[in-house]
Amino acid sequence: MPGQLPHADVEHVLRVADTDPKAARRAERQIAGMFLLSILLVIGFVAAYVGIDKSTVVYIPLFGDVGAQTIALGITFGGAILLIGGGAIQWAKKLMPDVEVVQMRHEQVSPQEATTEAAGHYERGKEESGFARYKMIRRTMIGAMALFPIPLVIMLRDLWSGPASQEFTPAEILSTTIWRKGERIVTDATYLPVRPEDLPVGGLVSAVPASLEEVQHLAGNQNARGKAAIILVRMEPNEIVSQQGDGWDYQGILAYSKICTHVGCPIALYEQRTHHLLCPCHQSTFDLADSGAVVFGPAARNMPQLPIGVDSEGYLIAMDDFAQPVGPSFWERSS
Amino acid sequence: MKFLAARRRNPLVAIGLLLFALIAVGGGYAAIANVQPAQAAVDSQSKIEEGNRLYLANCSSCHGMDAQGTANGPTLIGVGAAAVNFQVSTGRMPLAAPGAQATAKESPYTDEQVAAMAAYVASLAPGPAIPTAEDLDFSNADVAQGGVLFRTNCAQCHQAAGQGGALTQGKFAPNLMAATPQEIWEAMATGPQSMPIFSTATVPVKDKQAIIAYINSLQNAYSPGGLDLGRIGPVTEGLFLWTAVFAALIGAAVWIGIKAR
Repeated sequence: MPGQLPHADVEHVLRVADTDPKAARRAERQIAGMFLLSILLVIGFVAAYVGIDKSTVVYIPLFGDVGAQTIALGITFGGAILLIGGGAIQWAKKLMPDVEVVQMRHEQVSPQEATTEAAGHYERGKEESGFARYKMIRRTMIGAMALFPIPLVIMLRDLWSGPASQEFTPAEILSTTIWRKGERIVTDATYLPVRPEDLPVGGLVSAVPASLEEVQHLAGNQNARGKAAIILVRMEPNEIVSQQGDGWDYQGILAYSKICTHVGCPIALYEQRTHHLLCPCHQSTFDLADSGAVVFGPAARNMPQLPIGVDSEGYLIAMDDFAQPVGPSFWERSS
Repeated sequence: MKFLAARRRNPLVAIGLLLFALIAVGGGYAAIANVQPAQAAVDSQSKIEEGNRLYLANCSSCHGMDAQGTANGPTLIGVGAAAVNFQVSTGRMPLAAPGAQATAKESPYTDEQVAAMAAYVASLAPGPAIPTAEDLDFSNADVAQGGVLFRTNCAQCHQAAGQGGALTQGKFAPNLMAATPQEIWEAMATGPQSMPIFSTATVPVKDKQAIIAYINSLQNAYSPGGLDLGRIGPVTEGLFLWTAVFAALIGAAVWIGIKAR
């Protein structure tokens, strides 16, 4: 028959449905049953959507307490779609013809005349265009095409530009935070100012500058928090081995940046007994009793320290901005 | 009687009557009102002595005869009743074996014994006190704010859903799913082992109640979508995918391709 592929020369094994008509009818009923079950599951889906309350909780062994509607919707819809596919596959496997056929393929290699002709075209083209002969044309053309991407690179490099009123480069923005001398330290999330006596030895406070709320509100973003977040820890003054500046602590209270110097994850995992600060992202560990030195992990630089003191009302304040940019390295950074 | 009646119009009678009335009302109130002694009152001496005896028998080998500390255990002077209550009632102390950190286990002491030991340690020097029922009442707490505070102060060690997390060198922050409000409060106030101290000044009572309310909501949360796989996110979910789901997909591919019987 035209269009029919020739049979393969292999031993054909008959299926049970091919020989036994009762088996064939059984297979037909099974496949129809799968489609019918899919229909029932769709009805079940609608019933579950309409009938089960969203907040119903049901206990299923092994699963625990789960949402009843979610489970019902998942099982009905998933089952319905699976059974349509499964029914179609069973139909093909059990009842549709499964004769082995041969499909001819041409050889991959081109015939010799075609190869020779193609080679001839190429050679003639090379000869007639004079590509090999005109050295000056060839070299200047290659030069022009090679230098062509340079404007694109220059334009990409220049893509960043801040608002017209702001003259800072990205490096300058990354190098400063909103911490200033006299800026009060407040707790993160609750914005309460901190007194030295509030913090016991072994205590930890996540803190931000007092002006952060307003800065964020005006800027409409959290970029300032991303650089200014700090942690305050307290240890006995004699436990402090070294600091990044003379007298940058206040009676054993130290302020360090919260931003990891590796890739910039905020770190608040502080072990009070060992004074180690552990970053959860790549496990860089900083020893806050020893100038925030890296004792483990991929960070290359110490955690920057913020010098602190108290103001006239007895609240903790910053004495200056950080002495180095916080967070991960960037191209223009001096270290 | 004639003596008093004769002087009943004396001006001093008014003052006398006033004094009598004041004393009668004040004394009557004091008699019937059940006035509690001040909260900071010292526990009864017998309780402290009982605690001292228990301490000497069970704790002094590592913490010293006068709780001053030894090479094996830090000083307990100033840790407060809350620290003793937390460590002993959760079974972390007495330390079962040396290791990275003390783990919780069944406590061998009764509540009265724990209270006695706590009273003894509290009598040594002032320290964080055991929270009262009013402190632990989180029924009016703002659970959402508790979530904000939990994520700011707790989630970095205890994981965003309180499932616990690893610290360095074998130490860990435990799972919070079985923590009672009292244990949560005391842990925040005393900073056991590697945990920092979150004092009342930086995490006030209201905030502590909010955090307890949030942890309580985590403990009672059901899993809407089914198996929560430990609530720790991509690691278990990825493992489930790469094993069970891939096995199922490969099985499906085999089933589709294999010749029917």
